[in-house]
Amino acid sequence: MSLSSADLSAIWLTLKLASLTTVILLIVGTPIALWLSRTRSWLRGPVGAIVALPLVLPPTVIGFYLLLALGPHGYLGQLTQSLGLGTLTFSFAGLVIGSVLYSMPFVVQPLQNAFSSIGTRPLEVAATLRANPWDTFFSVILPLARPGFITAAILGFAHTVGEFGVVLMIGGNIPEKTRVVSVQIYDHVEAMEYAQAHWLAGAMLVFSFVVLLALYSSRKTKAGWS
Amino acid sequence: MIQMRLKLRYSGFALDVDLQVPGRGVTALYGHSGSGKTTCLRCIAGLERAEQGFVQVNDEVWQDSDNRIFVAPHKRALGYVFQEASLFPHLSVLANLAFGLKRIPKPQRRVDMAHATELLGIGHLLDRHPQHLSGGERQRVGIARALLTSPKLLLMDEPLAALDAQRKGEILPYLQRLHDELDIPVLYVSHSQDEVARLADHIVLLSNGKALASGPIGQTLARLDLPLAMGDDAGVVIEGRVSAYDADYQLLSLQLPDTTLNIRVPHTPLDAGQALRCKVQARDVSLSLDNTGQSSILNRLPVTVVSEMSADNAAHVLIRLDAAGTPLLARITRYSRDQLNIHPGQPLWAQIKAVAVLA
Repeated sequence: MSLSSADLSAIWLTLKLASLTTVILLIVGTPIALWLSRTRSWLRGPVGAIVALPLVLPPTVIGFYLLLALGPHGYLGQLTQSLGLGTLTFSFAGLVIGSVLYSMPFVVQPLQNAFSSIGTRPLEVAATLRANPWDTFFSVILPLARPGFITAAILGFAHTVGEFGVVLMIGGNIPEKTRVVSVQIYDHVEAMEYAQAHWLAGAMLVFSFVVLLALYSSRKTKAGWS
Repeated sequence: MIQMRLKLRYSGFALDVDLQVPGRGVTALYGHSGSGKTTCLRCIAGLERAEQGFVQVNDEVWQDSDNRIFVAPHKRALGYVFQEASLFPHLSVLANLAFGLKRIPKPQRRVDMAHATELLGIGHLLDRHPQHLSGGERQRVGIARALLTSPKLLLMDEPLAALDAQRKGEILPYLQRLHDELDIPVLYVSHSQDEVARLADHIVLLSNGKALASGPIGQTLARLDLPLAMGDDAGVVIEGRVSAYDADYQLLSLQLPDTTLNIRVPHTPLDAGQALRCKVQARDVSLSLDNTGQSSILNRLPVTVVSEMSADNAAHVLIRLDAAGTPLLARITRYSRDQLNIHPGQPLWAQIKAVAVLA
């Protein structure tokens, strides 16, 4: 067996983290993207910039601030403590929060583009055909934005799988709780276990390539709005 | 009765209209682009919100800003046909048609699928997807889709403007059938005098966000005080009734409304009493002092001069005539006017060179 049980549990944890993060991001990101694509409020700029911050910030910076916020003296840490949840640093829940923030732009931006390219006309048509706003969301926006949702889900998932800096800052390196694949590879290399590192790194490489291949091949010429 | 009082302004444009139009038949909102006709329609649909507005369609109030009433667009019993058919690309023709229909409670449905598809001639397209339809087919599906919501008011925003002449010709007969067969009031936005002449019973003339005129089509097109009379295709619309048919010469006699006067047009046979709409262009009407001269012109009517106005160039004048209650326009040269000494009240003979049968 080339992958140790520690490797396998790291892979399992990574998949769990990425799946949960993607689901949360699709739920949270959809209203944000919808709002960003429709609003004329002055808040559009600031909110868009905040969402995009993880694109440019070093992950360690995000991780550092999260560590402070989630820690025993941070606002969020005090909140979770008062709720009897303890602190979320060095826990799987903390990793999920970090991942959601870290992968946010990769989900929100494709959704926002998809919603913008739909435009307002289909929504107006739906309204004149008696569909209320929720009905319109499920019967018109969702099906028309489906390619955007697929892109957003793939990018959000893949980007979370590739996360390292944020995890290290707020999650540390606890087996089966916060030790994801990228950290496991780092550990292997630190311990000079190059063969082990090769297997995991190779698996990540193949995984990433397959994901991107699927993404770019699925982008057929879009059917026009008629 | 459809009532609308709408005030709306945004940079460089202000809409301010106060209109009452009939609650049945086709009312055209006519004007150049930028005159506010589409904005008017969007306010009535609630897609745009007039800051100050009152919209009532027959017995239903859709907006009353004084009493803070604004009914959301999806709660208004209206059908809207957009300039581009705007079919949902992810749905088949059938699913597009059913989209509105299935959201209408059964007891309120007055137009069913079979009727709508037959009326618009789209029964053979139901399995197709919008991408595989021609522009004209798409627009017919769009119209049927709006009709299937059994609207109390049908709003049509230049439904033919995006189509070429051939496609227009393909759709117009369907629109005329709508007009003849369904009892749904229609507000029809257009900048084409030809479409308006064919379809409208009532016309509202819009310019720079204001209504210059509102009245029955026959009377309003003949008004000399409106820019309608200025164009090269100025003319009047006459709603005649078939009184006789000459099978030998294939000529149909049409009686002018409320008169014993008849005009004759080449046409296929029609039953007596049937209504037929014609357009007489001002440039096709010439005037003479008596009815003696031999001429190949078929239609000669005794008329009285009502008024005159200078035309869009200095060589011509427009004369408004009265043929026993039916208004006519004649575009003649200023020289001829002076030669015949034309003045209001004068009896004359109008010679009509051509009558275009519209419907």
